[in-house]
Amino acid sequence: MKLNQLTLKESLDALEKKEVKLEEIYQDLDQAYEEQNHKLNIYLSKNEQALVQAKELSNKPLRGLPIAVKDNFCTRDLPTTASAKVLDGFRPQYESTVTKRIKENGGVVYGKTNMDAWAHGSSTETSDYGPTLNPRNPEHLPGGSSGGSAAAIAADLAIVSVGSETAGSIRQPAAWCGTVGFKPSYGRASRFGVAAMASSTDSPGPISKTVEDACILLNAFAGPDEKDGTSSREKAPDFTSFLDQSIKGMRVGVIYQDVAEIAQTNQKLLKELEILKELGAEVEITQAMDPHPAIGVYTVVQRAEVSSNLARYDGIRYGHDRSNFGDEGKRRIMLGTFSLTKGHADQYYSLAQKVRTLYLENYKELFKKYDVLVSPTSPSYAKKIGSSFNSAMFGELEDMLLEASSVAGLPGINVPFYRDDETNLYLGASFIAPMWEEGKIIKITDAFEKNTKWNSWRNR
Amino acid sequence: MSVNDSQVKHIAKLANIPITQAESEKLATAFTETLVVVDKLKKAGASKASPTYQVTGFKNVLREDVVKAENSFTQEEALANAKVTYQGYFVVPYVLQNKDN
Amino acid sequence: MPYKLVCGLEIHAELKTASKMFCSCKNDPFGAIKPNIYTCPVCLGMPGGLPVANKTAIEWTIKLGLALNCKINLFSKFDRKNYFYPDLPKGYQISQYDIPFCYDGYIETSEGRVGITRIHLEEDTAKLSHQDIDLDGDGKPDKATLIDFNRSSVPLVEVVTEPDIISANQAKEYGQKLRQIMRYLDVADCDMEKGGMRLEANISLRQEGKSELPNYKVECKNINSFKFLEAAINYEIERQTEILQNGEIPTQETRGYNANTGKTFSQRAKENAADYRYFPDPDLAPIEFSEAEVEIIRQSLPELPDQKAQRLMKEYGLNEASARNLVLNRKKAAFFEEVLQLSQKDNLDNQKLVNALLNKKIAFELSDKAAVVLKKFKAANTNDSVDDKELETAINQVLKNNQDAVEKYKAGKTAVIGFLIGQVMKELGKKADVNLVRQKISSQLD
Repeated sequence: MKLNQLTLKESLDALEKKEVKLEEIYQDLDQAYEEQNHKLNIYLSKNEQALVQAKELSNKPLRGLPIAVKDNFCTRDLPTTASAKVLDGFRPQYESTVTKRIKENGGVVYGKTNMDAWAHGSSTETSDYGPTLNPRNPEHLPGGSSGGSAAAIAADLAIVSVGSETAGSIRQPAAWCGTVGFKPSYGRASRFGVAAMASSTDSPGPISKTVEDACILLNAFAGPDEKDGTSSREKAPDFTSFLDQSIKGMRVGVIYQDVAEIAQTNQKLLKELEILKELGAEVEITQAMDPHPAIGVYTVVQRAEVSSNLARYDGIRYGHDRSNFGDEGKRRIMLGTFSLTKGHADQYYSLAQKVRTLYLENYKELFKKYDVLVSPTSPSYAKKIGSSFNSAMFGELEDMLLEASSVAGLPGINVPFYRDDETNLYLGASFIAPMWEEGKIIKITDAFEKNTKWNSWRNR
Repeated sequence: MSVNDSQVKHIAKLANIPITQAESEKLATAFTETLVVVDKLKKAGASKASPTYQVTGFKNVLREDVVKAENSFTQEEALANAKVTYQGYFVVPYVLQNKDN
Repeated sequence: MPYKLVCGLEIHAELKTASKMFCSCKNDPFGAIKPNIYTCPVCLGMPGGLPVANKTAIEWTIKLGLALNCKINLFSKFDRKNYFYPDLPKGYQISQYDIPFCYDGYIETSEGRVGITRIHLEEDTAKLSHQDIDLDGDGKPDKATLIDFNRSSVPLVEVVTEPDIISANQAKEYGQKLRQIMRYLDVADCDMEKGGMRLEANISLRQEGKSELPNYKVECKNINSFKFLEAAINYEIERQTEILQNGEIPTQETRGYNANTGKTFSQRAKENAADYRYFPDPDLAPIEFSEAEVEIIRQSLPELPDQKAQRLMKEYGLNEASARNLVLNRKKAAFFEEVLQLSQKDNLDNQKLVNALLNKKIAFELSDKAAVVLKKFKAANTNDSVDDKELETAINQVLKNNQDAVEKYKAGKTAVIGFLIGQVMKELGKKADVNLVRQKISSQLD
């Protein structure tokens, strides 16, 4: 086995026991990069100083291990473009809080990963630098917007990676690439230095090979940040403390949305959830609010915030002028602008924020009955390359099962629950918990992952 | 609801996005497609709900009035990514002063 | 005049907090020795820069509101005002839309009360300047605009009045009082020349006797002194009167004021109310005050100029004009009050003391010790009582005995009066009030 295939936990243990050397891990990783990156288009830039930096960090918690970072996180030593031509060549003179903390904890930014331009999408093919291919099956999309970060894990081109989610952008590509994706509660991780998409839902989070790895990485960067007034005031818990816990008596509500496109996926998920029952959890099908209005809420809120968040890109202080926005960016900016104009703001923007309240209330009710809720992450398998260009609403429809929980700020984890032998494509389940209660979904997904055959690293 | 070409052009002006005629027509179609989905909001029965702008429920997240020079750029760092600079300033082609406040 | 002025003011002032409104950069745009040295990802509008509100700026805004008799919104928030301009790095300004911190206050003027609609807190823009630079490399200078972001995101309060102002003089008085109060509160320097305080007037006219608001409004900007404010309003009254008398309605527009010509000039027609697409800033949590917290701020208010003048009149028996003069600024008021307090035990004439100081008959600096100044005053003013008749007799005697000096005086060498005064004192054998003696002598000789 090549050392780039190790999980984060395995790498840390092997380094601790001196079974492997950092150089050896980097050697295997660099080789894999050379072989695959040009085919899959995962990294937009690579840190040529990675190993040098790694050696200096080997006594810190993350021991100098290589970490892939989505290209919307500002990094001093690597260009930051958010996959958008508008930011081509931009070299931030500052560091995002997430990457700063990763570095302080001994992580090395191995490279910056491809994404949908500005994180506008669920395919990674709206990137101004070309699509990333799904390592599990290159005829298919990796999902998005953190497609590069999820593909980096699926292709073993990083030990662990960082993505960001607004509504599905961590969990959906994780599902399509057959990896773990952990979107913490909104406010758990600082947004400082992350090119903003929708400010009221943007959440940085790990994409990883195992739930355990995600917890180790999240420990390195979660927690209060005085530079982000929306970040949690409370110290983050030790996320690894929820691993290997009994789930006996945990109440799991399965949100069964009766939508034709999801029917088959729902059936497969229900079958897999039997494992949780065997482990002592109570699993029950439940009804939640119709997801369709949530698509509207998310679409309006996100586009309104996008139109304002992208107003700073005028090419004066950095980057290039506004004629460089791609089609998707233009569409979102325009629709968001429209939804805030006089005469339309009440009908769209304000109304969307009211419907948002209904979802929050619905979750409040559901969480009185259940500790966690689960649904498929995506209606079905990864779609084929090119699919995203068929609809102005591609992403919103692919993420319809995640939007309600995202606009509510809830934490969620994607874990793989099925693999199709013929296509080698995965299905993922999204577990969600109340705000700030990541521990509950860590417990349940960790137990689930360790007792199914669908995690390709645990079952290699 | 549907959106016409002249509305799209007005929005493009507000959004400061240069668009061609062909783009304008394509955008009008995309608008209409999106608004079909968005119009479902009206059926959600939320007219009496109070809006949620932020989900954390935080209030009064304030900063003490303290200068932290370590968070500031040097002039060189500030200008590092600018296309045109002149004697420590950012530069744009001439614009009128004081458009607004 | 058949037309009456209808005028409201919008005044912006930069708060003098140590740091900026939404980031920890230094707030010192006027003291900066170079452009763009107090900037960061937040005030340069870089990707991922996030605002965090300055607590002191918010407290000072509340304080100003209380000083201006405003009500305070216990729940408030910041909103984004979206528009594009090179001095606005984020493409939106963080401001307050429908829930300003303060509302419904007033300032009293000698021509009546001026209602204050609202006071809100926002961030300032960058500073633009203009120069010819070769931008395209063809060797010829191009018109260019230079941008300095040291001012970007400096806290800025906007105080908006009702259209209550009825004369140019009242507008000036209102503005001066507002500035005086802000300086008393020590929250703003209000340096108008540098742009630390900026005036805008909305000016229109209505027929005398009418009470509804006119159906047009002319906005005057770029006014950087109260004198110019007064002049601009007076010019507009003239200009608009003429238009109205011709049966036309003045154009709704923004006009600038040219200090050289003393005239206003058209800058641009007002577009159909701009669409700023305000919405609550998702990066900033709302702000809530309790009544008790507002009360604490109210307790911290210093004595304000009007109250102080009233008290000085009452406690020291001063007339209104001199009381108002004494309270012009806090330092002056403090100095005079110290002198007045000290003078109490000597049972001096307070008004006379104040007059002597205000008319510079006693030389002093505000930094002088009160006791020293008082001593000078006493030395110059401890006069023996001399009745009029006694004085008149002495003067007549002296003038008779000093014909030479009288001739010289009449020939224009008026300086000899000093000699004559001395002679009168000698004749009297007492120390009389010098001014009185001077006055009597000259009235006899002139």
